[in-house]
This record gives sequence, C-alpha cells and structure tokens, in this order.
Amino acid sequence: MSQTITHAFDAAGFDALLASQSEPDWLTTLRREAFEHAQAMQWPERRHEEWIRTDIRMFQLAKFGLPALKPSDCQLADTDQVHQLVQGVELGGRVETVDGCITKASLDEDLAAKGVVFGSLSEIAQSHPELVRPYLFTAFDPDHDKFAALHAAFMSGGQFLYVPRGVVVDRPLHIGSILTDGGTDTTHTLVVLEDGAEATLLHESNSTDSGNAGLHLGSIELVQKPGSHLRYVNLQEWGHKTYHFAQQKAVIDRDCSLQWTIAAMGSLLSKVNQSVDLIGPGAYSQVNGVMFTEARQHLAYHTLQHHKAESCRSDFLYKAAQQDKSRTVWRGMIKVDPAAQKTDGYQRNDNLVLSNHARADSIPGLEIEADDVRCTHGSTTAKVDEDQIFYARCRGFTRKEATRMIVTGFFQQIFDRITIESVREALGAAIARQVREYA
Amino acid sequence: MTHVLKIEDLHVSVGDKPILRGVNLTINHGETHALMGPNGSGKSTLGLAIMGHPGYEVTSGSITLDGKDVLEMGPDERARAGIFMAFQRPMAIPGVKMADFLRHATTNVRRPDRKEGEELIPMREFRKELREKMEHLRMDSEFARRYVNDGFSGGEMKRAEILQLAMLQPKFAVLDETDSGLDADAVRLASESIADIGHQKMGLLIITHHDKLLEHNPPEFTHVMLGGRLVETGGKELAVELHQHGYDRIRKAYPDAEALNQKLLAEDAEEALA
Repeated sequence: MSQTITHAFDAAGFDALLASQSEPDWLTTLRREAFEHAQAMQWPERRHEEWIRTDIRMFQLAKFGLPALKPSDCQLADTDQVHQLVQGVELGGRVETVDGCITKASLDEDLAAKGVVFGSLSEIAQSHPELVRPYLFTAFDPDHDKFAALHAAFMSGGQFLYVPRGVVVDRPLHIGSILTDGGTDTTHTLVVLEDGAEATLLHESNSTDSGNAGLHLGSIELVQKPGSHLRYVNLQEWGHKTYHFAQQKAVIDRDCSLQWTIAAMGSLLSKVNQSVDLIGPGAYSQVNGVMFTEARQHLAYHTLQHHKAESCRSDFLYKAAQQDKSRTVWRGMIKVDPAAQKTDGYQRNDNLVLSNHARADSIPGLEIEADDVRCTHGSTTAKVDEDQIFYARCRGFTRKEATRMIVTGFFQQIFDRITIESVREALGAAIARQVREYA
Repeated sequence: MTHVLKIEDLHVSVGDKPILRGVNLTINHGETHALMGPNGSGKSTLGLAIMGHPGYEVTSGSITLDGKDVLEMGPDERARAGIFMAFQRPMAIPGVKMADFLRHATTNVRRPDRKEGEELIPMREFRKELREKMEHLRMDSEFARRYVNDGFSGGEMKRAEILQLAMLQPKFAVLDETDSGLDADAVRLASESIADIGHQKMGLLIITHHDKLLEHNPPEFTHVMLGGRLVETGGKELAVELHQHGYDRIRKAYPDAEALNQKLLAEDAEEALA
C-alpha cells in the first residue's frame, strides 16, 4: 500500500510546519539553522564507526511524511489500552501524543500550584520561554549528524517537564507516545529539574499498527541541577516496521542522582545514542537497559558515560536477548576527563543469544585521561544452556516453560534494580510476549 | 497397585561411544537399591538415561514405568510421571528464585495434565508447605529467595536437591551422589532427610561412595556396575563389603568388564586433555 504524503521532509514541508506552529522567534531561528545544516549534511557513511554495523541503505526519508501538524489531523486511539506503565499507578500528570501531536495534557493542581510545569513543549516555549530557552538543545547536539539536524528542524509536539527548586513530585508523571500505521513522530522531550528537585517520569512509546513503516526521529534531553534526583523510565515498543533514530542525553550536576531505565523491544531498526554527562562532583548515574529482539530487528545503542567532574559514579548495565535473525549492537564508552579524578565508572553488557541466526555485537570501551580512577567493564555473550533446560525439564518444565523461565531470569538482575512495580510488571509482560517456542 | 520401574537390556551411547552395555534392573515402589561401582563404570549415565538426557542415546533395550514406555517420553513427561533424579552437579539458573522454580515444578508434577499458562498452586498454600518442608530439613527460609543453585556451596546444592525431592514426592528417585562433597554432619543430615522423605515411600536408586547414606537407608538390593553392566547383585552385606574392601575382588572376578571400564576411563582422560 502506498501512502499519500501531504508534507515531506523538504523545504515546502518545512515552511508548512513553520506556518502551522505559533512559536517564539528564537525557536524558529533554531529550526531554520538546523534545517540549513540538515540540507547541507550527507547521510552517514557506512565506514563511519557509528554506522559500520548498522545498514540504513533500505531507509528512504522520502517515503515518510511529516508528523500531523495539528491535533485534528491525528487519529485518536484508545490510548489507555496501549499504555502499560500507567496500570495501577497513581499518576501526578500525563501528556499523550499521537504521531507527535499532543492530544492530552494534564497535571494535578497541587503540583501546578508548586510551580511544576508539564505539557506541550511548543506551547510552553511560547508561554514560558524563560523555562525552555536556557535548556533546549543544551544536552542534545543538533549537529551530531543528519538525523539529529532533521529532528531539530522538524520536531513537533514534544513534551516538557519543569520541576522548580526543592519541589518533590511524589507521584510518577507519564508520557505516552503513539505512532499510528505508517505515521511519523518527531517529538522532543525536555526535562529540567532545578536544585534539589525530585521526580519520576514514565515514558512509553507504542505503535497501534505495524502494517506500514513508521518513523521516529526523536530526542530526549534531561537536565539536572545540583542535588536533584530523577527516575526516568523509557519503554520503547514501536511497531516492528518502524525506524527509530534518537539522541537521548542527560546532563547531571553536583550531587545529583539519575536512574535511567531503558527497555527497547520494538522497531525494525533503531540507532540510538544515549549519554550521561556527569558535570558536578558527587553526581551518580545508574543506567539500566533491557533489549529483546526478534525477526529481523536491528537495535543499535551507542552509549557514553562522560565523567567531566571529580568524584562521580556511573553504573551501567544493559542486558539483551536476541532471537530469530535479529541483531543488537552495543558500543559503550566510559570517558573520563583529566579533571575527573576519583571517578568510579562501571559498564556491563550481557547477551543471551536464542537463535543460531541471531547476533549480538558487544563493544565496551574506556577512554581515561585522569590517573586516580576506578573504571571496570564487562561483556558476556552466551546461548541458553541446554543443560539448564534439561535440568528444568527434569523438574517438570516443558522446554518452552524452561526457556521462558531462563530468559526471564536473565533479565531479573535489571528488574531487581527497578523499584516501580508497574514498570517491573510492564517489562515482565513485554518480555513474556516476546519469548516464543523453540524447537 | 505397586508401581514398578523396569529397565531391560539397556544400551546407552554418548556420541559413538557405548557406555551402558545391557543393564537389567527392576525397582518396585518402596524398595531401596544401592548402585555402586568404580569411577567411569556408568552409574551417572544410567541415571541420566532414566531421565532422558538428550546427549545419552538409548541404542537398544527398554525402560518402562508400570508398563508404560518411558523412552517415548521427554524429560518433563518423565518428571510428571513420577521419576526424579537428584543431580550430582545441579545447574544454576540465575535470576530465578528457588521458591518460584519449585512452585512451578510442584504444580506441573502434581497436575501432570496442566497446560502451559494455567494457574499454579495458590501462593499461600504453596508457601505454607514449602516453609514446613524447609523447617523439617532445617533449612533457612532465606534459601527460598535465593536464585536456583546460583552461588550455592556444594552442600547447599545437595540440600536443595533434597528439598526438591521432598516437594515433588516422586514414585521413583535416582540419587546421584547426594552425599558427596559434604562434611560429616551434613552427610548425616542428608541421610536422615532422605530416610525420612523417601525410604520405603518411593523406589530409590542410591548412587553413593559412602556408607552413611546406606546406614540410614538400608538397601534391599546392592548392584555393582563395572564396564557399563551390572555384574553382581546382592543384599545390604554386599554394600558393606565394598565399603570395607573396595572393588579389587569385583575387578578380578569380571576381567572383561574391568577391561571395558579401564578403556572408558582412558578415553575420558584423553578427552579431558584434548
């Protein structure tokens, strides 16, 4: 089925997008700059280290239209059927998007009264530019590559969370993004926590239909001021024909803590750069990742733990299972600047390869320019042990039950780190859906 | 009806290598059989063949349980039919708690027709039973929350196997050196536990090098394996004799079996070096 594209990722589409937005001039200027850069930039070369394992020759931007430019263009779905992280959770606020268009935004009155701002990025950029302008594109680099530049030029919808100094948001907030069949999403998520603020943000992405190829060209920016604490959960379950290109960046200052959990289940092809910059002494980041792939999915995550200040700690654990002909790529780096003495950095990636045709590339890396640091890394890639399966079968488990149990157990180490029950349950269910029968 | 596990003229190979060469053994429910023999004689192979390990190929002969063909069944079906083996070296399953593993196992074994995805034994009921069994075995309740055999000491693994025996209450159990690697106190505890759980309540096939286990679980029959065959069968006194005097008499009395045994041992040693 071929789809009619109303607005493409070209100059006419860009003008139509600008015309549809009522944005402040400074934001339009950022967009125009990004659009010019995007026009001038080439697609990444295959020889480039970030792309050498990720083949995008099948990806054609011309096949995708821009996201819906106004909410009335969005096909509204029964979103609560789709979202999993909200089950049984008392939320403090919600923002929902369909094809990158904000369709619902709510925030409890008590939180709004404390100065918390949560809603549409473009609306808040208009109404509270002083909250947005100093932070937008500070963690994210629109010049990273052509995908980043395109995102910056064409971002639409988008969500913004601002928590003022010392305010503790005691209920989780939720962002739900839905991509409809063949849709495009270019949302930009910006989170700003002022000094001593605390929040938990549950962010999930789903597709309602996977019949036609979808596109997500996105970015996440997490900006934490000294002494702030953020738990951020990102569950990615895009449809299995979706292309997912994203820059996901956190910058955390003195005595901050960030617990960032990523679960990547969906998409046809993902290329994600995830990084945490630790810029003030005493900052602590914990990054957890779960990936589970099937069919011909290709998920590539390039991660960076960048220690820019002394006495910071970064902890990183990704666990991935691959079935069928799927492939994951993890290329991790701990970078320690000369000033970052007393760094404690850890990274680990474990893979469970469930099929002879699946593949896991696991490439840890250290780049250390300080002399008084402790940095360790580890990487394992293994198959499900037939002896484990036999042992479980001797206790009455069918082969399928045994495999399911072993795979679930493999991910348990990540679950043990997650303190939010709805997240554990949603992840457990997502994994259970993905495990299938083996001969 | 008395349950019967019957092994007739069983030949088992691993790869191209024949290990068992015609084993005959009948175990009635309630009986205790000791299986003894020097290293490499095929004792563990018999246990693994009874459970249906995919690496152990039955080339001829039969195993039946109450007349039903066991060789037609997968390992999980054998477990559900009431056959159990306590492993000499049980596998670790990281991330899976003992309690969850046992709840699922117990449900499947007690409800052999259970379909995947159907309800497990109610949590409350199961926990109560597990707690009672663990207290009885003098096991710390913390044990149930640990991951299956993950980071267990040798002794803890053996006790976990005994706990599984207690929970699953099979008709027939092969205990493969469930007393090895334990200190004297632990051997006594294990022996008492097995006597309590299994002796005269199941058909037991006990593979052991020690006498403590058999003191608490006196066998009606003692079988000696050498070169992949049961060369001699006697009563309890045969087990006592072998403990006291070793296998020299047996080796001399059955030179052909002894030659096969030596050959298998030598091949194992070569493989270990390769």
